[in-house]
Amino acid sequence: MNNLVILPILIPLLMGVILIFFKDSKSVQRTVSVISVGLMIAVSAYLTYIVYTEGIQTTELGDWPAPFGIVLVADLLSSSLVALSSLLSLVCLFFAYQTFSAERERNFFHPFFLFLMVGVNGSFLTGDLFNLFVFFEVMLISSFILISMGSKQYQLRESLKYVIINTVSSMFFVAAIAYIYGVTGTLNMADLAVKIGELEQTGVISVIAVLFLFVFGTKSAIFPLYYWLPHSYFAPPAAIAALFGGLLTKVGVYTIMRTYTLIFPHDQTVFQILLIFGGLTMFIGVLGAVSQFDFKRILAVHIVSQVGYMIMGIGIFTPLAIAGTFYFLAHNIIVKSALFLFAGVAEKITGTSHLKQMSGLLKTHPYVGWLFLITALSLAGIPPLSGFFGKFALIIAGFDAGNYFVIAVSLATGVLTLFSMMKIFMTSFWGEVKMPDPQAKDKKVGSLLIPILPLVALTILLGVAAEPFMQFSLELAEQLMDPSEYINSVLNKE
Amino acid sequence: MKNTPVQLHVITRIVAFIILAFSVFLFFAGHNNPGGGFIGGLMTAAALVLLYLSFDLKTIKRVIPFNYSKIIGAGLLIAILTGIVGMLFGFPFLTQFDEYYHIPLLGETHAASALPFDLGIYLVVVGFTLLVILTVAEDDS
Repeated sequence: MNNLVILPILIPLLMGVILIFFKDSKSVQRTVSVISVGLMIAVSAYLTYIVYTEGIQTTELGDWPAPFGIVLVADLLSSSLVALSSLLSLVCLFFAYQTFSAERERNFFHPFFLFLMVGVNGSFLTGDLFNLFVFFEVMLISSFILISMGSKQYQLRESLKYVIINTVSSMFFVAAIAYIYGVTGTLNMADLAVKIGELEQTGVISVIAVLFLFVFGTKSAIFPLYYWLPHSYFAPPAAIAALFGGLLTKVGVYTIMRTYTLIFPHDQTVFQILLIFGGLTMFIGVLGAVSQFDFKRILAVHIVSQVGYMIMGIGIFTPLAIAGTFYFLAHNIIVKSALFLFAGVAEKITGTSHLKQMSGLLKTHPYVGWLFLITALSLAGIPPLSGFFGKFALIIAGFDAGNYFVIAVSLATGVLTLFSMMKIFMTSFWGEVKMPDPQAKDKKVGSLLIPILPLVALTILLGVAAEPFMQFSLELAEQLMDPSEYINSVLNKE
Repeated sequence: MKNTPVQLHVITRIVAFIILAFSVFLFFAGHNNPGGGFIGGLMTAAALVLLYLSFDLKTIKRVIPFNYSKIIGAGLLIAILTGIVGMLFGFPFLTQFDEYYHIPLLGETHAASALPFDLGIYLVVVGFTLLVILTVAEDDS
């Protein structure tokens, strides 16, 4: 029992509630948000360290023993993702301060930003399937509010679709939970892993597994369920789009990783399905990105394609593939958010996000251009940046497992990713200076770049110092592939 | 309004208090019998909505000058702090404690830390219900 595990959920919850009382004071809102996100980073980094040195940590909420009450579990995967998402939220918060109008900040932006983090951290940490649903809802309701804030016509239309699709998938989530409860009589994930391992019948379990895949697939935007994503992530301002693009779909990927390594690892057909959909997701996603001519839209469609790689990694299902999946996930959280923030910077300078209307940014704002190039190359997987090593591990693992076709697809996707990133760089950063806003040349955006710098530094660091990070990912993957440590620490078996 | 609905006003004045009293009963009946913060809060909100319906918005706003979003905040705060108190003594978050006390006049009383938590829920439910209904109603004008 360790109360440290609840703190990444409790800090933003408490601070968010306190901020409801200070709706009108901008300075209080900003200071309290920054302090609480800072605390979150410190606590989650410490938690990761404790988990790394002492093993999995758990908290039984309300002191109810494990299979009956709700357990929060911090293993390497969840604690390191909590740490990453806390860091990302701090970056987005600082970016938001410089781009948001005062009115937007007054309309409960800060409380809901913190509640979103409650939902994200809670989804990572919970060890109970129904509690996972609750944290999903916390996250979704906050995201509904953040995505529709500002009430532009386009924004409202797209966020309505986002709300409806997510509500429908939540309904299926509850149905799937009901099925699995009907079959096993428990919702504690560790207990489920034991019970499903003991069950003989595989037909029902496969149906439930596919139902969960549908639910988490909708949240994480895998192939045929991704259509809602590009439009709704295009609608909100850059700081919020960066947070959503970096985190929300990754929470879906995390839940697939968690449930398929822990609860359904015996079902070979499901992993075949994951492989097929992973390949389709990445290829169709990247084709969508190639055809677009809008900075933010290209990035939004790219999220789909990147999720495909992670699904493929889970589908291959060897320790190296899971390690690669985590590495790629971490890399993607960092790089995707950084790119969205660069799109925000470019929009701030030129007043548009359409590629054909801007060019020559490299001449007027060289730092923006070069930093963007580093991040874009990292996304495309050019060594020595972080994207390369994630893909490298995935591809090696795929060759070892003999999945040659999906590996070929992923390599082709990599080339097209590079193409679409270079398209952004060549059209909007190279060439003659041409921007719709005549004052664009003299706009100073140095202070906007500062919040992005840690992300760019991290992607370089993850690439240059890949050895220790890959070692960490491999340990994490071993912990996932052998769920006995997880099960024992939750159910208190020695 | 020219025609004041006298019957409605008179009945509302009586009925609202009956509903409010019953909601308090339900609130305290909770955690051992059917009842609790959620249902008690809904009942209170129903009484208040009845008041808003029979009298107009301005009159009741003068009588009940609360900011409902702050009531939601207060309720959440109470509920979370109840959970945190246990953590200070080394128990997990949301651990509940209870004890039987003998209080003069009331006799044997069951004191549980679930009660302040329920009070938080009660405030959140009242605040939320009225905030939603009033926002929709005000939007009309």
